[in-house]
Amino acid sequence: MHILVLSTIIFFTGVYGFLTRKNMLTMLISVELILNAVNINFVAINKYMYPENLEGHFFTLFVIGIAAAEAAVAVAIFINLYRNIRSIDVDDVTEMKY
Amino acid sequence: MNAISISFYFGSALVIIFAIMSVTSRRLLRSAIYLLFVLVGIAVFYLVLDYMFLAAVQVVVYMGGILVLIIFSILLTSHIGEKLQTVSPLSIVFAAGGVVIGAAVVISILMEHTFITSTTASNELTMKVIGESLLSVSKFGYVLPFEVISILLLAAMVAAIVIAKREKKSEL
Repeated sequence: MHILVLSTIIFFTGVYGFLTRKNMLTMLISVELILNAVNINFVAINKYMYPENLEGHFFTLFVIGIAAAEAAVAVAIFINLYRNIRSIDVDDVTEMKY
Repeated sequence: MNAISISFYFGSALVIIFAIMSVTSRRLLRSAIYLLFVLVGIAVFYLVLDYMFLAAVQVVVYMGGILVLIIFSILLTSHIGEKLQTVSPLSIVFAAGGVVIGAAVVISILMEHTFITSTTASNELTMKVIGESLLSVSKFGYVLPFEVISILLLAAMVAAIVIAKREKKSEL
């Protein structure tokens, strides 16, 4: 079960990046790390504890799909923000209305 | 210690190093490339666990889709080689402290807990099984979340186009 330790470390690395970064794109990268850690947990527990079921496998598939949708919308928002205020740092973005 | 466990520890050390480099690198493009290596490593873990389809999806969606999108928007919003502004050391200390404490708590719980590993041999996970349970309406069928995800992806696509679309006035 050392793979769960690996996923824990990746998860908290993502949390650290999310807390310390100022740029929105690097925060998006941290969120991807967190989602991947959760996916590893799903797959490992599915494989080693309940190999006759496939829940973890399909939940990982759906998490990947939702991550793709989330990244697409987030990148669209970043590009629009950059076009409007020439910056995507969280400190500069005080309002999202335009 | 056989060869598989040695390569597992080596690979996970590599993945952890790249993950840490990806959240600490001061250059945006490099941190995206380190994320690429992390995603490759995780896809290899899926392969080792015999989930071929999941590894393929990880490679196609994450590395082919999300990472390309991130690199694309990095190139659109910043200059190559531009360094990120540093955050205050106080916030780094607080974030690192909280993260280390949290990780220590979770890892100690993981080490104490005894996981009951199943002994039944997992049957071969073929493409046929995956497709049939994705589109089945019976118990353990996933047709409803499958359709919901398809609607969600469509909505996200439309939303991304609407948000990123340039206003007509500014073009004139």
